[in-house]
Amino acid sequence: MTAEAWQIVFFTIEVSALSTLLILPLGVAVAWLIARREWAGKAVVETVVMLPLFVPPVATGLLLLMLFSRRGPLGSVLQRGFGWDIVFTWRAVVLACAVMSFPLLVRTAQAAFEGVSSRFEDIARTLGASEWRVFATISLPLATRGIVAGAVLAFARAMGEFGATAIVAGMIPRKTMTISLSIYQNIQLGHDAAALPLLFVSIGIVFITVLCGQIISTRKRPR
Amino acid sequence: MSLQLRNIRLPLADFALETDAIFDQPITGIFGPSGAGKTSLLDLISGLRRPVAGAVQVDDKVIFDAADRLNVPPRLRRIGYVPQDLALFPHLKVRANLLYGYRPALIENELFTLGHVAEVMEITPLLERNVTTLSGGEQQRVAFARAILSAPRLLLLDEPMSSLDSRLKKRLIPFLLRIRDEFRIPLIYVTHDAGELVALCDEVLMLERGRLIGRGSPADVVA
Repeated sequence: MTAEAWQIVFFTIEVSALSTLLILPLGVAVAWLIARREWAGKAVVETVVMLPLFVPPVATGLLLLMLFSRRGPLGSVLQRGFGWDIVFTWRAVVLACAVMSFPLLVRTAQAAFEGVSSRFEDIARTLGASEWRVFATISLPLATRGIVAGAVLAFARAMGEFGATAIVAGMIPRKTMTISLSIYQNIQLGHDAAALPLLFVSIGIVFITVLCGQIISTRKRPR
Repeated sequence: MSLQLRNIRLPLADFALETDAIFDQPITGIFGPSGAGKTSLLDLISGLRRPVAGAVQVDDKVIFDAADRLNVPPRLRRIGYVPQDLALFPHLKVRANLLYGYRPALIENELFTLGHVAEVMEITPLLERNVTTLSGGEQQRVAFARAILSAPRLLLLDEPMSSLDSRLKKRLIPFLLRIRDEFRIPLIYVTHDAGELVALCDEVLMLERGRLIGRGSPADVVA
């Protein structure tokens, strides 16, 4: 593999890991709220969270482009407040990966929280624990394996992200080029041979990642 | 200690739990067939379920009153609860389980210390073990000790020995009597085992389809 191909591989791993870390706190909080609380608008939020799974990725990318461009409602705020440009930068790659992998994290973490017997939480309350302590010392530790499995799946999804990234980040060499984008571009240019090493590296990384996720999620967990 | 339930109404799946009762004996048994509402009764006393009507009072302090919208949360009620499945926290060692609800600020004498409670319940050698490795009888005693260490003013026991054979039950009954005699914690003991009633209880209330249909001495009920 060329030095440029390795740069693409490491960049893809970095943005996938960063996007997974960024969505982890919010994803866990949303998953817990869906699994353990009844509130107005819960069904709507659940649906919105799941939308990226079903809306065409390029459509999601277009929506992100409209929201985060310099003149977009969110992009203009970030530009003025922090001097951050989002679209067509590495930040846009992280954003696209985060949005597209968020539903996988939430669904898996939600199932993990639902798998924790509510009796443990009830008894913790009778032992004097506040709601925060119940969450931090009972719900979260008992759901950890499911949450880690969800994070692993989110990372794997981010590694393969293409459609939304192409629209909101473009295919800029050494700036926003990921494995998926590079494979696509090489094929478009007729450089199939250049795409093959990236193909195999990509399959290898995702295979190991998903396998780890499967092992973690199917390990016997105390209940 | 006196616990009063006044005009309580808690809708359940097939019927409503409707009751008026005073609990003022050291050990009061709740006797009735499966599905009579026994666990729901303990849940509402502990604050885990909220009746739609009525009031709950411990001594001179009202802890729930539907009319006044008063509802003291479970963590502030100081009512211990040992559920049927014990709900020992599987990710914590015995020591951490015992100390989960330990409230030194509430302790008025040296009886309620980890060392003394572990000694009385004969679980001192188990402190560093994982709870999942304990035998049924050991788990039972750890669950009792955990509840005692939260210094409750009342302890609710929901068929805590239902999964044990009769030999083990006989060995555990003295430990329950120690809770009454050594720690002077009043117990409300739910069971459908007449032998446990006779061995433990000072008075028995009979529950059927959510209504208290009688009360008397264990001998009367068994007869």
